[in-house]
Amino acid sequence: MIGRHKHCIALADYSREEILEVLDLAVSMKEVLQRPIKKVPSLRGKSVVNLFFEASTRTRSSFEIAAKVLSADALNWTSASSSVTKGETLIDTARNLEAMRPDVLVIRHSAGGAPQLVAEHVGCAVVSAGDGAHEHPSQGLLDCFTLREKLGTLEGKTVAIVGDISHSRVARSDIHAMTKLGARVRLCGPPTMMPAGVEALGATVHYQLREAVEGVDAVVMLRIQHERIGDPLIPGTREYSKLWGLNAKKAAEWLRPQCVILHPGPINRGVELSPEVADGPQSVILDQVQNGVAVRMAILYLLAGGNPADAGEAKA
Amino acid sequence: MNAQELQRAVKRLADEIAQRAKAGGAARDVAIVGIRRGGVHLAERIRAELARSLGAEPPLGTLDIALYRDDLSERGAAPIIGPTDIRFPVAGKLIVLVDDVLYTGRTVRAALDELVDFGRPRRVWLAVLVDRGGRELPIAADFVGARLQVADEDVVEVQLTEGGAREDAVVVKRRGT
Repeated sequence: MIGRHKHCIALADYSREEILEVLDLAVSMKEVLQRPIKKVPSLRGKSVVNLFFEASTRTRSSFEIAAKVLSADALNWTSASSSVTKGETLIDTARNLEAMRPDVLVIRHSAGGAPQLVAEHVGCAVVSAGDGAHEHPSQGLLDCFTLREKLGTLEGKTVAIVGDISHSRVARSDIHAMTKLGARVRLCGPPTMMPAGVEALGATVHYQLREAVEGVDAVVMLRIQHERIGDPLIPGTREYSKLWGLNAKKAAEWLRPQCVILHPGPINRGVELSPEVADGPQSVILDQVQNGVAVRMAILYLLAGGNPADAGEAKA
Repeated sequence: MNAQELQRAVKRLADEIAQRAKAGGAARDVAIVGIRRGGVHLAERIRAELARSLGAEPPLGTLDIALYRDDLSERGAAPIIGPTDIRFPVAGKLIVLVDDVLYTGRTVRAALDELVDFGRPRRVWLAVLVDRGGRELPIAADFVGARLQVADEDVVEVQLTEGGAREDAVVVKRRGT
């Protein structure tokens, strides 16, 4: 359980305390990752099924490593090599996998709401690894973890999120988590990629990159998905890069020196981030990857460890 | 046990550890590891005493055994996990594990499992302030401050000033009071 939640699907439903519960635990989990033997027995005998209907390397490996460090068994199931290609429905697939008695189902799906639908039909804990343009909760949590690590706190800090806000589940999870932790969030991107009414989530909207990033403590650069390029939303990568991409010159002129730069990956080098910035001293992109494992360990530990039905007091 | 008795017991524990370490020619390899949370402050005190008798301050670490518990699926909410902090190489050391109360032995079992994941110590000793009996595993302490006969439903609490207590004491409470 994370607070009162049996699942981890949307940070919109999580309270500040519930988010902090995961982030605080992830600090201890990160320590485990620094040990000579990166394995603890806490989830021995538990199993985690990664159910991925969409391509992913980072997130899937991250969940897999997180499960293995905690000694849980991890099974990877990808739609390309599965009976989905034979026409099986999502719920049937999930029920069949559940019959193998996993403790946690980690789901990525191109349709927003898929993890919620599955959670309503299975008994085990469900973790969303990203659903459509809805949310990517573990990414939102690891971004907050990285910012707490680098900035000390999110309270009173300002974070700019730049890119395709409309299609970004990362942006949505980030906005929910960061505002709950006390940060001010600025959104920036092409007007065609800015959802109407997004201010209702507690963020401000900007269309000029300079105006959005000046004076902020952190910038989250979102990936521009290739399939959007050339469609009416943006004419081409060169124009996008010129107006909303971050290169060394803009970073030097507009960003505070202590501002950190995040990116959920994979990076389109030369589009949203120039290589000098992606690999530069302000970039914390690789920290995000390592922190991702720690945060996912915390999520799996909280959801798979313990059985609320028979709480008992521990003895020394 | 009152403050004075407690401090004397800690001093005696440290003296016995120093004596036995010297006798074994291992005085320079001693390292102290406190088991969170009760053993941490106690480990600091024992280390301060040992620094005097050994002439050098032994390295100090802490273990949080929450990830090594054997009762995770029997408990309610997952236990809170604190930091484990061992910054010295464990291999070849004479590790003195320190806890406040020895009861079922399950915490010590978990601590041993966790410790060996950091390396292969030459030897491990267990020092506890209070042994209250009630073992569920074949585990014994090498150094004991005091042995208490208490009922199963009693809770033995070691209160130290570092932990916020007004004065050092060992108190026995009935569970639920």
